[in-house]
Amino acid sequence: MTTATLEHGPAGSAADAFDPRSEGQRLIKAWYADLEQANERRQPVANVFVMGNAIEILRAFDFKLVFPEINSLQTGVRKASEEYIRLSEDYGMSPDVCSYVKADVGLMLKENRHPAGNIPKASLAIASNMCGTFIKWAEIWERWLKTPTFVLDLPGQRAAGWQVRPGDAQHASDARWVEAQFTELIARCEAITGRKLDLDRLAEIEERVNRMVFHWNNVMRLNRACPAPYNAMLDGLTFIGIMNVYRGAEEGVEFMRRLDEHLQAKVARGEGRVADEHYRLIFSGTPCYVSMRRLVELFETWGGVFAYSDYLTFAAGGMDATDIVYDTSRPLESLAEVTALAAHRGLSNQFFAHERLAGQIRDYGADGVVFHGIKSCRFVSSGMADTREYLSRRLDVPTLYIESDLIDPRYWSDAQIKNRVDAFFEALHQRGGGPVGRKANEERRASA
Amino acid sequence: MKYVAGVDVGSTQTKAVVLDERGAIVGRALADMETSMTTIAQDAFRAALDDAGVAEGDVLYVVGTGYGRYNVKFGREQVTEISCHARGSVTLFPGTRTVIDIGGQDTKAIRVGPEGNVLNFTMNDKCAAGTGRFLGAASFALEMSLAALGPLALTAQNPVRITTTCTVFAESEIISHLAKGMLPEDVLMGVHQAITSRCVSLARRVGVESEVTFTGGVSRNVAMVKLLSDELGMPVNVSEDAHFCGALGAALFAHDRAFAAVAA
Repeated sequence: MTTATLEHGPAGSAADAFDPRSEGQRLIKAWYADLEQANERRQPVANVFVMGNAIEILRAFDFKLVFPEINSLQTGVRKASEEYIRLSEDYGMSPDVCSYVKADVGLMLKENRHPAGNIPKASLAIASNMCGTFIKWAEIWERWLKTPTFVLDLPGQRAAGWQVRPGDAQHASDARWVEAQFTELIARCEAITGRKLDLDRLAEIEERVNRMVFHWNNVMRLNRACPAPYNAMLDGLTFIGIMNVYRGAEEGVEFMRRLDEHLQAKVARGEGRVADEHYRLIFSGTPCYVSMRRLVELFETWGGVFAYSDYLTFAAGGMDATDIVYDTSRPLESLAEVTALAAHRGLSNQFFAHERLAGQIRDYGADGVVFHGIKSCRFVSSGMADTREYLSRRLDVPTLYIESDLIDPRYWSDAQIKNRVDAFFEALHQRGGGPVGRKANEERRASA
Repeated sequence: MKYVAGVDVGSTQTKAVVLDERGAIVGRALADMETSMTTIAQDAFRAALDDAGVAEGDVLYVVGTGYGRYNVKFGREQVTEISCHARGSVTLFPGTRTVIDIGGQDTKAIRVGPEGNVLNFTMNDKCAAGTGRFLGAASFALEMSLAALGPLALTAQNPVRITTTCTVFAESEIISHLAKGMLPEDVLMGVHQAITSRCVSLARRVGVESEVTFTGGVSRNVAMVKLLSDELGMPVNVSEDAHFCGALGAALFAHDRAFAAVAA
């Protein structure tokens, strides 16, 4: 989600006052530095996941936010994950357990000493059913650290082939269910902080989220340009980190606004992430943070750029669709409505992944889709076989399936992955680029 | 006369093929991975030249393939063995639409077009179960040569089910079955069935279309050919040159480069 050390430099970029990478690094560093003193300053701290987290409410109470998933992926980016994972395995955790969880257990065993700084103890943890592992993970904090846990029950898919739409009866019912839980959560926050919820403050935070989401949607849309101004699985990981960590904060709004401007300027100049863009691809699944730079390099060597990734939407809590806008005149109800909708989309991810990806292939003029499976993350990996089959057999879209891990370097096999990537591009080359992407690109060029 | 060559540096063996201007195989060689990775490509290439009676100076273009393709330093280009097996298979059997390649540490299923172009492919991931290495474990446990495994397996009357998916554990499972008094042929048939099951599952992921061509070193195993054919419910093409299919594909790519350029 966010990077401190993923190295990259857009090919042929012109001088620009705003450098998203260094600004992103600065913000993440500042966020970790701010966390370090939180316990000493007796500030309330909350552990939250990137999906289904009620950050807006927590910010309204001035909670400092700890994202354990981001802590874990940061151990990968900083090439320290193996040490943390091994500690948890020495303790007795199975190699099959989610490596984010294991790195976090390793962090606890190291008394919260993280490569980015000391992580404060949380006064509250918010978990949800967005991922089954979240609940078990929070139970570990509850048992080991005595962290009080609040589990949000967010309604998901009821039946195949049907989705909740804003404004329908099911959505209204779901929103009421979520709002009732928020009311309970607010009471917990009030008890911890000794303060009452300020609804005006909540509305201000939501207004900032609205602005961030507006720019975020623009940022993703801008990569429909050919050449793509950024790589969704390298630069995009820095961007999504800011979307999560600074959601509802003024710094986050400013970053997204400047990023939007910066990328618009790149598109206007016709400047792409890779100097000679041959293939436009979509990445589906979660990144391999420990080797992401290498993976991107394997693709960029062939002139392949990841124009889009579904990770940029589901890992930002589903805050992507244009209809997800808070009505700040009724902040609590609107928060519940948006949460119910975003959660539903996240939880229904696999049921509709094929339709969603088919649309994105058209939108981004993609020549193919790369699936990255993670053995220990069934949440995002188990539907890939069906989706891949749909894309390759029904739509004749070339696909590649590779497998490694989120942050465990022991699952990265460079020769095997390079072999698959090279073969994928040889096949793309033999067919002259994907029919969908080629056509979309030709049309885009013709209309430019 | 000018020539081209393909060199396939695999995990256990290196294969080289020399083609003439017409695209006919005029020389081939196979070297076991006993020497160093850097010299074995050269050794196999030279042996194939000797087999063809061709001087190195008459070779216009060499393509390297296989995991060690970047060690074919004298090659002008590297192409993955996925593309090479696809190309080689369609040349050996023009009706080929599915390729199953079982090598020392890889099993691949490739769906191919009429020109030998790759339409889709899948490979074993993270694990050597279902590859030639699984047979290597059996060979070691039974103290038999690889060549003897297939014929003996075909004499089995009561095949034993091998349950482990791990190649390393397979060896201890085989020993444990033998210790219980199971016949070697029954245990061996179990090993072959386990490989077939994983391999066919892989092939079904890309969609099995007739004709199916079986390539790689394991295609020389008669039991594997029979089991694959039975499991897929269709005959399986196996060429005398199946073992050289990757090197043949590489040589055909070299042929394209060398003689297309000359023609142009």
